[in-house]
Amino acid sequence: MPSVPLRVALAAAVILASAVAPQAQDGAERPAWQGHGIKPQSPDSPFDQVVSGLYFRSKETQAMQADDFNNPGFLAVEQGEELWSKVDGAAGKSCASCHNEAATSMKGVAAAYPKWNEKLSKPVNLEQRIDLCRKGAMKAEPYAFGSPELTAMTTYLRNQSRGMPVAVKVDGPMTPWFERGKALYYQRNGQLDLACANCHEKNHGKYLRADFLSQGQSNGFPVYRLRDQRLVPLHERMEGCMQDVRATPFKPLSDEFLALETYVAWRGLGLPVETPAVRN
Amino acid sequence: MRRQIHALAVAGACALATTAGAETGSGGLAPFRIVAADGTDAIPDSLTDKAGDAAAGAKVVVNRRQGNCLGCHQVSSLKTESFHGEVGPSLDGVAGRWSAAHLRMIVVNPKHVFGEATVMPAFYRIDGLSRVRTEFQGKPILTAQQVEDVVAYLTTLK
Ligand code: HEC
Ligand code: HEC
Repeated sequence: MPSVPLRVALAAAVILASAVAPQAQDGAERPAWQGHGIKPQSPDSPFDQVVSGLYFRSKETQAMQADDFNNPGFLAVEQGEELWSKVDGAAGKSCASCHNEAATSMKGVAAAYPKWNEKLSKPVNLEQRIDLCRKGAMKAEPYAFGSPELTAMTTYLRNQSRGMPVAVKVDGPMTPWFERGKALYYQRNGQLDLACANCHEKNHGKYLRADFLSQGQSNGFPVYRLRDQRLVPLHERMEGCMQDVRATPFKPLSDEFLALETYVAWRGLGLPVETPAVRN
Repeated sequence: MRRQIHALAVAGACALATTAGAETGSGGLAPFRIVAADGTDAIPDSLTDKAGDAAAGAKVVVNRRQGNCLGCHQVSSLKTESFHGEVGPSLDGVAGRWSAAHLRMIVVNPKHVFGEATVMPAFYRIDGLSRVRTEFQGKPILTAQQVEDVVAYLTTLK
C-alpha cells in the first residue's frame, strides 16, 4: 500500500473508533473499516464497497504491515528472492535462467492468478504454477504445499505485484470454476452449519467473540500471522475457517479450494495486492 | 398446526422426515414434539427428566467448546467474561420476549423460528449438515441436558 492513503486511513480510524466505541469489547479499539474500500468492479458484487482485510485489523497491525522494515513478512520476500536465482534440479536452471529479473518479468503476474492453464485444461494458482516450472523447466522436485520454500516464493512473486489491482479473469473456461467457487462460498458446512458468506458477507464489521470479521479478501496473501509467527498461505487460512465451524476442510490445492480461491479473488477485484500483509 | 415428530425428523427441512429412527439409542437424540404457539414453532416439553440448572446453563453459554453463545451474543450480566460477539442481538431481557418453549426451539433449531437464512447454529440437530468433522459426526453441539440448562438460564434473563 502506498503510505499516504494509509496515514489518512489511520487518522480516520482514530476519529471513528471513538465515535462508535463498542460496549461489547471493552478496551479494544474498533477498527474503522468503512470508507477504505473501493467501488465494486462488477455489478454482481455482493458488496457496496470492497475493503481489504487490512482495515479490519488494529492500528498497530496496520502500521506494522505498512513499514517494510518492521513487516516480518519481508523475511519471506528476501528468502524468495534468494531462491529465485538458485540453481536447482537436473536441468541446472534457476527461475532467473528463464525469467531474468523478477521485478520486470513478474510485475503484475500474480495479481491475475488463479489463471487458466491450457495444457492442464484447468486453472492453476500461483503455488501450482511455481511447481509446474520446477517440475517442467527445471526438472526439480516440486515444493510441498506449506513448505517455507513454496510460501516464500509465492510471497516473493505476489510482492512483485504489490499495489497493483487484483485482476483475476473469470470468463471463458474459467466460468465453471467461478460458479463452483461461488456455490462453495454459500455452502454451509460443519456442525456449526456456517458458510463463508455467513461470516464474511453478512457479518463483516462485527465481532465474532474476539475476532473482528473482515470480508475475507485474499489480496494480502500469503499473510504473516503474528499468532503463528510465520507466513500463512491462503489455502491454509481457508482450512482454518472450515475447521472453526467443525467441518472437514478441503485439501490445500484441491479443485474445491482452487475454485474458492478464484471466486474469492473475484470478490476482491480491484483491491491492491498487499503481500506480505500482517494479521493477528 | 400441531406436529408429532422426533428430533431426527425435525432437524432438517421439516418436510423431509426421512432419517427418523435411524439413530435412536445411545447415539440418537431425545425425541421431542414441536407445536406452534402464537404462530411460532415451540418445544413445550423438557428434553430430559432432570430440570434445567440455570447456573450450569450460564457456563455452557460462556464455554467456547460448548454453547459459545457469547461468540455471537452479548449478555450484560456476564460482563466479567471478556469478548462478547455482535453477530446476534443482546440476550438481555430475552425471557420477556420469548416463552421457555420458544427458547427451547431456538436453541434446538433456530431455523424453525428465524427461517432458513439465520446464521445461528442449531444446537440439538445432527442431520442435514455437510462435511461435519468425524469427531463431531452424529453428535449435536449440546447434549439434551445442556440444552435444558441453557433454556433455564435464558429464562432468568428478564
Ligand atoms: C465462523 C466464521 C467464519 C466462517 C464460516 C469463515 N470464516 Fe474466514 N475468517 C473468519 C475469521 C474470524 C477470520 C479472521 C478475521 C478476518 O479477517 O475476518 C477469517 C479470515 C479469513 C480470510 C483472511 C482475510 C484476511 O484479510 O486476512 C480469508 C481469505 C477467509 N477467512 C476466507 C474464508 C472462506 C473462503 C471461508 C469458507 C470456506 C470462510 N472464510 C469461512 C471467520 C470465518
Ligand atoms: C453464529 C452466531 C450465533 C451463535 C453462536 C448463537 N446465536 Fe443466538 N442468534 C443469532 C442471531 C443472528 C440471532 C437473531 C435471529 C436472526 O437474525 O436469525 C439469534 C437469536 C437468538 C435468540 C433470540 C433473541 C431475541 O431477542 O429475540 C436467542 C434466545 C438466542 N439467539 C440464543 C442463543 C443461545 C442460547 C446460544 C448458544 C447456545 C446462541 N444463541 C448462539 C446468532 C447466534
